[in-house]
Amino acid sequence: MQFPGRRKKVIGSSQNDLYDHCLQFYGQPPLENISLTEFETFAVERLKLLKSVENIGVSYVKNSEQYVKKLDAEFSSLNFPLRTELGDRRVQGGTSEYEKRRKDHISHFILRLAYCQTEDLRRWFIQQEMDLFRYRFGELTSKHKTDFLHKNNLKYETVSAEEKKSLKDKLITSSYGLSGITVEEYDFYKVPFQDALDLVRTRKVYLLAGNAYIPHHEIVTIVLNDFRTRLSKALAMTARSLPAVQSDERLQPLLSHLSHAYVGQDYSIQKNMGKISLEQIDALSGKSFPLCMRHLHKALRENHHLRHGGRMQYGLFLKGIGLTLDQALQFWRSEFVKGKVDADKFDKAYAYSVRHMFGKEGKRTDYTPYSCMKVILSNPPSQGDYHGCPFRHSDPELLKQKLQNYKVSPSGINQLLPMLAEILELVKGMHYQLACQKYFELTHNVEDAGFSLNHPNQYFTESQKLLGGGLEIKKEVDMSQRSQENPANMTRPSQANSKQAHEEMGDLDSFFQDE
Amino acid sequence: MSTSDYDPACLPDLLPLYYRRLFPFSQYYRWLSYGGVSKNYFQNREFSFTLKDDIYVRYQSFTTQNELEKEMQKMVPYKIDIGAVYSHRPSQHNAVKSGTFQALEKELVFDIDMTDYDDVRRCCSAADICSKCWTLMTIAIRILDRALREDFGFHHLLWVYSGRRGVHCWVCDDAARKLSVAARSAVAEYLSLVKGGEETVRKVVLSDPIHPFINHSLSVVERYFQQYAIVDQDILGSKESVDKVLAVFPVDRYFFKEGSSVSYDLHFSCVSVKSNSKKGGQYFDKEIMLQYCYPRLDVNVSKGVNHLLKSPFSVHPKTGRISVPIDLKELDTFDPFEVPTISLICEELEKPRAEEAEEDDMKDKENEQEAGERRRIRDYKRTSLAKYVKVFDRFLEAMARSRKGEMLKKSGEIEKDSVFHIHLILAFTLQMD
Repeated sequence: MQFPGRRKKVIGSSQNDLYDHCLQFYGQPPLENISLTEFETFAVERLKLLKSVENIGVSYVKNSEQYVKKLDAEFSSLNFPLRTELGDRRVQGGTSEYEKRRKDHISHFILRLAYCQTEDLRRWFIQQEMDLFRYRFGELTSKHKTDFLHKNNLKYETVSAEEKKSLKDKLITSSYGLSGITVEEYDFYKVPFQDALDLVRTRKVYLLAGNAYIPHHEIVTIVLNDFRTRLSKALAMTARSLPAVQSDERLQPLLSHLSHAYVGQDYSIQKNMGKISLEQIDALSGKSFPLCMRHLHKALRENHHLRHGGRMQYGLFLKGIGLTLDQALQFWRSEFVKGKVDADKFDKAYAYSVRHMFGKEGKRTDYTPYSCMKVILSNPPSQGDYHGCPFRHSDPELLKQKLQNYKVSPSGINQLLPMLAEILELVKGMHYQLACQKYFELTHNVEDAGFSLNHPNQYFTESQKLLGGGLEIKKEVDMSQRSQENPANMTRPSQANSKQAHEEMGDLDSFFQDE
Repeated sequence: MSTSDYDPACLPDLLPLYYRRLFPFSQYYRWLSYGGVSKNYFQNREFSFTLKDDIYVRYQSFTTQNELEKEMQKMVPYKIDIGAVYSHRPSQHNAVKSGTFQALEKELVFDIDMTDYDDVRRCCSAADICSKCWTLMTIAIRILDRALREDFGFHHLLWVYSGRRGVHCWVCDDAARKLSVAARSAVAEYLSLVKGGEETVRKVVLSDPIHPFINHSLSVVERYFQQYAIVDQDILGSKESVDKVLAVFPVDRYFFKEGSSVSYDLHFSCVSVKSNSKKGGQYFDKEIMLQYCYPRLDVNVSKGVNHLLKSPFSVHPKTGRISVPIDLKELDTFDPFEVPTISLICEELEKPRAEEAEEDDMKDKENEQEAGERRRIRDYKRTSLAKYVKVFDRFLEAMARSRKGEMLKKSGEIEKDSVFHIHLILAFTLQMD
């Protein structure tokens, strides 16, 4: 793998050859020199794009009007290629299509360096790149799609007209939204079933003699699988070459900065250890805890007990807001002892699991507090459990009652009912994190939360920030906060962006004076 | 009486005899070697044995057919499972650097177990089976066999009676053995229609359009439904069971004509259903038939490349029955209760030998090993095991023919290439003049 920024010979290729399609599989790494400035700018902007892809994907139904609108806006403001022809008129003073494609190419490879190191990073990167690819491929015209397939050696055989005719009825009944006419008109591809597993698994395709008969518009699923496999392999290879990159002092700090811009927010680094006292917890639970944790805390206080799922979710959250191991032990013991568990039994049975959470037992993994995605998607609660996401796992009626009871600020009574309705609408649409964000706005009496919620500890931190709470939020968090900002707010003109980037560059330049 | 009284306590005496004189080792070895196309395919295959007193040993592997025989005769396993072909010899897996010992290939397998149908069969439950519910296996085999061949393009399927309450399918094609975990799970899910556990009442949900695969499966079910469900299982025979059937409908009201005659036809003409539901309920008759009859397979068995499955020709310790291959040409007359038990075939061995056998005795004197094998072949031929080994032989023949066809094709291609090559050279030399 060759890295930009090192002295490598430039391969002179004509503009048109290198980037002849607005979409690519990123098979070949870039082979040119670029400045460190470009290196960082490109990387940061792609990261912003990927984060937007993630946020917008969570906030809006994929491919809905709003989704498309928001994502398109991101593409233009960040100057990434979308669907234009190479020869298109250059917008006055803007970036040419060629330049956009070059940026797309280079930035992807830089981020590979930053995101190949751990399983989590890789998974996140692959997921966002796939969503990005899926969106861009979907926006291509039919002709461009076919072009892309051919250029990338995806030689999927098209089904002959005769065969289509003989299989017409079967084709119609096996793929959604097809009719006799469309079967005749559309191209169908014959793909070995092993390359179309998602469609096979859900029985959304016609299978005959080991081949899947894929209509043209479904070919994206196949292509995506291919994309994922290639990228996964590439990342594994990149990880192996990483030591060579990391030895380059100019690149190392940049790359770790980039990956922390995402990873730093998993709250595994306890920035505020010991800054909370146990007495504060009750008050904090009402003011700054997200609904899920407030719910867990209340259940714990009432029943003097929580089951495993609840202990994990809540216990790790408490660790994330700054409880030390000793505090945690004291907290859990004092509560459990009020119930059916005596001190002895607590020490024997439950203390171990608390210590385990802090990485002091077993394989000593320091467990990270659960993100919203994790809470929503894994381990749904059953009878007697209080964990999970109330917006996802509670019955809407119960949720409504709970929300009415929990409303904090008295001045917002007029706002309460419409807000509640909004929240329930979001829940119905499965936008649980957005619903929680609305809950934040409701309880803190603000119009806009100012952040895109994806972690319970983030909720707490933001809440404390807003309330000017007694905890010092370290400055390091700021850089990553910026990249997490609500995309709706990212309509700052690009000049401001580059000015900001320039300022950062300024610092970096002085950092690398011995260059 | 086709099955001797089998007593598990006799296993310690019967098994050694079975492994010495009846187990079809040469066919077994032939199967698992797959023509010797891949190097060390047999040597890197994992077997697991369950020995007396439930001692379970994994990572058994053997270098030759002879070694396999000797070990099995020595260890006398009560159960034999076949696992994957690994990257190294399983018996040496501890000596391999951690992480490099990996399962590479295995047949694609399916396990249909009668207990998974307990909620829809009235005649038996748990490990019991009878002729009335055995039809479920027949239906399962027909549906899956068709789908695996026609939809997925597989050719070499071995269906085996598990020995007690189900059947297994071993898909042995090259392509099948090389499938990834994701692919196996996708195939299993494609083939799954009945979903849900205890709490799910309506386990089959059909919506437009109905996929050709479902239609094919339905036509198989419909062929058997009248006899199986209405007559044998008598699902409309009592109010209780009718209620159970109707509980699956997503409808609000229904009424049932009391006092009608016993036989109901496929379309529940005696039952009128008022459907108030917005969608669904239009295919309720199909859904009911599928819920009662469609094959229920355990996806987990099929998913794993390293999953171990009971070996054909192993003995079922509880019933004594041999896991025999099923001849699909005689599927409708297959009777699990006619499958020979180990006690039966051992008994048959003791019967006085036919005269032709004496001729072979002469030939034996010449070559010991061959003699042993020939004797063994004669031996099983005298027992009820014979016809099942024949099914296995045919299966192996078909694979061998197909391999030969592949090789011819490949060498034909190479030939074509080399001919072209020669033309090029000629063209060049001619040009140079």
